[in-house]
Amino acid sequence: MNVQVAVREAGQQAVAQAIADCDIHPYPKSPKALYPFLERRWQRHLETYGLRTRQGYESGPAYPKGQPEAARRDAFPPGGGKPGSDLDFMRKQHLDPNHVALGILNPLRSGQGLQNGDFAHAYCRAVNDWQVAEWTGKEPRLKASVLVHYEDGPGAAAEIERRAGDANFAQVLLLSRTAEPLGQRRYWPIYAAAERANLPVGVHAFGYGGYPVTGAGWPSYYIEEMVGHSQCCQSLLTSMVIEGVFEHFPRLRVVLIEAGFAWLPALKWRLDKIWGRLRDETPHLKRPPSEYIREQVWITTQPVEEPEPRKHLLDTIEWIGWDRLLFATDYPHWDFDDPARALPLPFTDAQHRRVFLDNARTVYGLAG
Amino acid sequence: MSVRAPESIDCDIHPAVPGLQALLPYLDDHWRETIVQRGMHEFSSIAYPENAPITARPDFRVNGGKAGTDLDQLRDQALDRFGSRLAICNCLYGVQLLFSEDMAAGFARAVNDYMAREWLDREPRLRASIVVPVQNPEMAADEIERCAKDRRFVQVLMLVMGDMPLGRRIYWPIYAAAERHGLPIGIHAGSGYRHPVTGVGWPSYYTEDYAAQAVAFQSQLTSLICEGVFSKFPELKVVLMESGFTWLPAHLWRLTKYWRGLRTEIPWTDVAPIEIVRRNVRFTLQPIDAPPGDTFARILDHIGCDELLLFSTDYPHWQFDGDAALPEALPGDLVRKIMIENPQQTYPRLLKEAVR
Repeated sequence: MNVQVAVREAGQQAVAQAIADCDIHPYPKSPKALYPFLERRWQRHLETYGLRTRQGYESGPAYPKGQPEAARRDAFPPGGGKPGSDLDFMRKQHLDPNHVALGILNPLRSGQGLQNGDFAHAYCRAVNDWQVAEWTGKEPRLKASVLVHYEDGPGAAAEIERRAGDANFAQVLLLSRTAEPLGQRRYWPIYAAAERANLPVGVHAFGYGGYPVTGAGWPSYYIEEMVGHSQCCQSLLTSMVIEGVFEHFPRLRVVLIEAGFAWLPALKWRLDKIWGRLRDETPHLKRPPSEYIREQVWITTQPVEEPEPRKHLLDTIEWIGWDRLLFATDYPHWDFDDPARALPLPFTDAQHRRVFLDNARTVYGLAG
Repeated sequence: MSVRAPESIDCDIHPAVPGLQALLPYLDDHWRETIVQRGMHEFSSIAYPENAPITARPDFRVNGGKAGTDLDQLRDQALDRFGSRLAICNCLYGVQLLFSEDMAAGFARAVNDYMAREWLDREPRLRASIVVPVQNPEMAADEIERCAKDRRFVQVLMLVMGDMPLGRRIYWPIYAAAERHGLPIGIHAGSGYRHPVTGVGWPSYYTEDYAAQAVAFQSQLTSLICEGVFSKFPELKVVLMESGFTWLPAHLWRLTKYWRGLRTEIPWTDVAPIEIVRRNVRFTLQPIDAPPGDTFARILDHIGCDELLLFSTDYPHWQFDGDAALPEALPGDLVRKIMIENPQQTYPRLLKEAVR
């Protein structure tokens, strides 16, 4: 195969500049690290019944990951604990050498999508408190996400209201694979609360909706599930547009995280074409789908798609908008994108600055 | 861009079964009685609501009836109008939605016999895809064996969404039979509705359902490649029909990246996904999900292969207006490939005179 080797000069200049990393995954050192923030009742519940999601195994996925803890082999802290659980090591391995000036924390396996809704609320609240106590309170470069039990819209909205105005938090975090598509009305209290709190809503790939990752049933392999996150993101964005979320919440900002980005233009074109043909079905939409997406949706880079030649991505970015793309590494996971190497493209300095820093500051309201 | 290439081959048109009554002569007694005794409804799928704008272009609708049920109209509107030498009929009567394997097999057989007698016998420019009871792959393979003797059947028809992803081994008897007879597997938009049409649950609007078809094609391409279908059946061609294709480059970039990282999980997939697509997978032209301007040309550049697209009108579905079945400003040699050469390369049975 004719593989184009990365043009490294552009990337190597980049590491000297400050960047925003819009997808960092912190983990508790152990489940007990959350206990100071979790009521006794739920501590006992956790020990007795565990974290029950809409998946079959007590722990671990039915598609075993590609690496232990889905992590880089070198990301296990020397002092023990899971990758992403040691702030000092994260500073040394990632924040300092990669010049991360702004890092958005997206804690996974943090109570979202639990079958027991009361437990989910309690666990999400605990993780929110833990992020402030252990991470953002100690490291000003990091910003937390408001985790919510999204399957209960009003309950999720209450947690957003609790955190509104707290500068530790930069966004509300949802997962992509929900019990119903995210455009549906049951989720609208979340969007209303986020809009009121002036927080973007981040939607991170993964989740526990219980449905097959494809519309055609369960695939066999982890690679299919990983590739499938982009398809799930296409479907949830379709739902948000067509149900009228953006029409109804014109100040809502949505950030799509860890599903790549190159799929977005083709989805916009298809939605515009279908909407043009079927628009009598959705009279609540006043404009073509692509316009809502262009104005209210941001998207993170990782995992960066890899065309041959790489320059095809310049078309893709132009179709998405240079002001809508947010660099992300996914640290400490195995498919980490290195800021020096992941986008080997002849960016201008201005383009580079937007994708690697300014767009994130804008969408997260941290500019200037 | 309008077309009247005299030798063109239209790889996706939809003559319709007017109703269960039309199948009665082709059903055995048991199923004939069952229709009456159980008061069976038509097998009309919600994938194409009869009056939805996409289902039939206004000028392609038959007065007072289902679009695609009148042969003279189809001759005039689909064959003569675009100068097609041949056209492949993909009958979308929803036998794939049934839960009973026996019932699905009985009605699939009737649909195929109906197509042969009522359409292929009466119009020599028509070819057809074999409708199979995908609910039971062994029975599906039997139906392929039965129909393959008639060389006017040029392909096997499956829907893009069913019980399981199409790469799964359970479906391989279908691919073995198809490869044996030189029949491509044509995967068409539509669903058995065994699962929500999206990976995130059931949507509210038909608009979302139709959008979800293109997403499902991405999943199926992933499945076929990752399960090793093309390693096992290297001669097999798969044609994605009414799939759209502007999503293809981005999807292959993503799949190839993960294949580089995770290929030890699927060691039988030993060449890059894009190479497999170039060798084994084709796409019908309509619908073209791209805005006017240079986008289509740039997408073709991203695909980097001029052998993937097969001309289709998707008649009577409403994908374009007037005669504009091709995008603007295509180079002449590419038009010839799309209209004639690529279909001929894909369907070996189109090269030889059809033999009854």
